[in-house]
Amino acid sequence: MKKLFTPLLLIVAAMFAYAPVMIANAPYESSMGLVQKIFYFHVPSWFVMFTAVFICGIQSANFLFRRKPSADRIAVAAGELVVLFGLLGLVTGPLWGRKAWGVWWQWDARLTMALLLELIFIGYLLVRKYGGPGSEKLAAAMAIFGMANVPFVYVSVNIWRTVHPKTTVVPSLVPGMFGAFWFSVLAFMLLFVLLLTLRVRLEHQRAALDELYLAEEDL
Amino acid sequence: MKHLFRACCSVLLLAAPAAAFQPSAQGGFVPVTPLTAAEQLPAAPLLITAYAFVWVAVLVYVWSIWRRLGKVEHEMHALQQRARRDSR
Repeated sequence: MKKLFTPLLLIVAAMFAYAPVMIANAPYESSMGLVQKIFYFHVPSWFVMFTAVFICGIQSANFLFRRKPSADRIAVAAGELVVLFGLLGLVTGPLWGRKAWGVWWQWDARLTMALLLELIFIGYLLVRKYGGPGSEKLAAAMAIFGMANVPFVYVSVNIWRTVHPKTTVVPSLVPGMFGAFWFSVLAFMLLFVLLLTLRVRLEHQRAALDELYLAEEDL
Repeated sequence: MKHLFRACCSVLLLAAPAAAFQPSAQGGFVPVTPLTAAEQLPAAPLLITAYAFVWVAVLVYVWSIWRRLGKVEHEMHALQQRARRDSR
């Protein structure tokens, strides 16, 4: 992964530099106009957040049932990224909604469930930081619970009445919007891989530091 | 006293024409659709804020990882040096 890191960094930087050009060239949506272009950063943020939730949840299950310390390191790194990308979605969404709906926030099923998912993972990080010895197991259970919440968040727009656009929006995108959207999704996914690699490295270094302290105590 | 009297007269004389041209109070609201372009909430500041927030949040996060990594590596280096010194 070390060899791939620098080329990946350059690719992500180039993609993020070019994404605004593609988004600017994408056609305007008929009822929302210019503000609808927030969609090209807002939806990829949620895609990445859901991916991070699944990685955190699966690695937490790996840690709980197979006792793999390396799985716990990946889980905590992904958990932090869940909060970051969830925050991006929760900030860009109201900015879009203020113009499209006339309000910053609506307590409907989709928005409330997305906020709850974010709060579960903020709780996960707080438990890990301040929970004391053994808190990683409790946090792992929280991550699995958070992962189970994702399908409900995704289908909430199709089941309950909400002001939020439905999931059918993405498959029905016209060619001009389709290219810009999936380009942004790819850029966000690569950024996620990059950040996850960096964050996992930090966890490995912390584990190595703990081992050094333990070795020093033994001497 | 004279000064006060003059001041009051001036205010009355100046206020009289203003009162004469004052529009009558609104008795009801008239709905209008669509809103004129000048009255609408502009989309560009919201769009720019959204994109800027994404960039700033990601850059701050990268900086925070770099800082934490630097701190851990510095601590490791110090610990290794101490261990080497103790072994001598």
